[in-house]
Amino acid sequence: MKVNVVVTPKAAVLDPQGAAVRDAMQHLGMPEVRSVRIGKYLEIEIDDQTPDLESRLNALCRDLLSNPVIEDYEVQNSGASE
Amino acid sequence: MKFAIIQFPGSNCDQDCLAALNGISGVRAEYVWHKETSVDGFDAIVLPGGFSYGDYLRCGAIARFSPIMPSVVKEARTGKLVIGICNGFQVLCEIGLLPGALVRNRSLHFVCDMVTTRVEVADSNFTHGCPEGTLLRMPVAHGEGCFFADDATLRGLNERRQVILRYVTPDGRVDPSGNPNGSIENIAGICNREGNVFGLMPHPDRACELRLGSADGAKIFQSMVDAIEASRARAA
Repeated sequence: MKVNVVVTPKAAVLDPQGAAVRDAMQHLGMPEVRSVRIGKYLEIEIDDQTPDLESRLNALCRDLLSNPVIEDYEVQNSGASE
Repeated sequence: MKFAIIQFPGSNCDQDCLAALNGISGVRAEYVWHKETSVDGFDAIVLPGGFSYGDYLRCGAIARFSPIMPSVVKEARTGKLVIGICNGFQVLCEIGLLPGALVRNRSLHFVCDMVTTRVEVADSNFTHGCPEGTLLRMPVAHGEGCFFADDATLRGLNERRQVILRYVTPDGRVDPSGNPNGSIENIAGICNREGNVFGLMPHPDRACELRLGSADGAKIFQSMVDAIEASRARAA
């Protein structure tokens, strides 16, 4: 099974990378761009025949893959098997 | 008096810390590899600067799971002095021994410069002997040193006098021009509620001799030594 995890900076956290990319997009012919936020995208392949998969994955999303002080995460289950 | 310097793969200020600490009378500093599981028998613990685990994922995010860290947390909870410098500060925030987090510098630049910090709390374990308002000049070298905490955390830090150092202009004013990385309220170093765990982005380890441009960092290590001696005297 493939699982995707998207980690994004919380709204209150300054995202200078996003601001720099927003400025570049505005300069390059898209003045209508309001804001850009940059996060992380993780593609994870998992053997899905294991118990408590969802809760264990969420625990690691909180402890390792994101820092809840500054980031939110979302687990997207693509459902497709390789 | 024994100081443990934790070495992670990617630590690169471990030798600076060792040299700085061994330059203090009565101190013996030793390396402790991150795969060890005990820091028993040491009087203080140093998490040095560097790029532990290549800073992959987030700075300090993987180092916090090193085998040595449960013992560091245990010793911290018993009141032992712990100082995290630069990457060590990031590790302390990641593991939750200190509140807040360190994010990408507002300028997006890696900042390598001498900065001026101001002592905000004179009687802490780490600034003992520095009257409030003392200016300490130390180098910084980081890309992710912008301290962030939410409003409630920040209020608590200020109310409980946990902000130990702020970045200031050379003449001592808290001003954006003295802030190298965009840290909220110019925060350069904080301690935990109990006052025994301290994290800072500037490098006291690189400012312990005048020929390095400043010896102000030695005041922080000397303060730790004084605090440990005082607690021993109280126990005796």
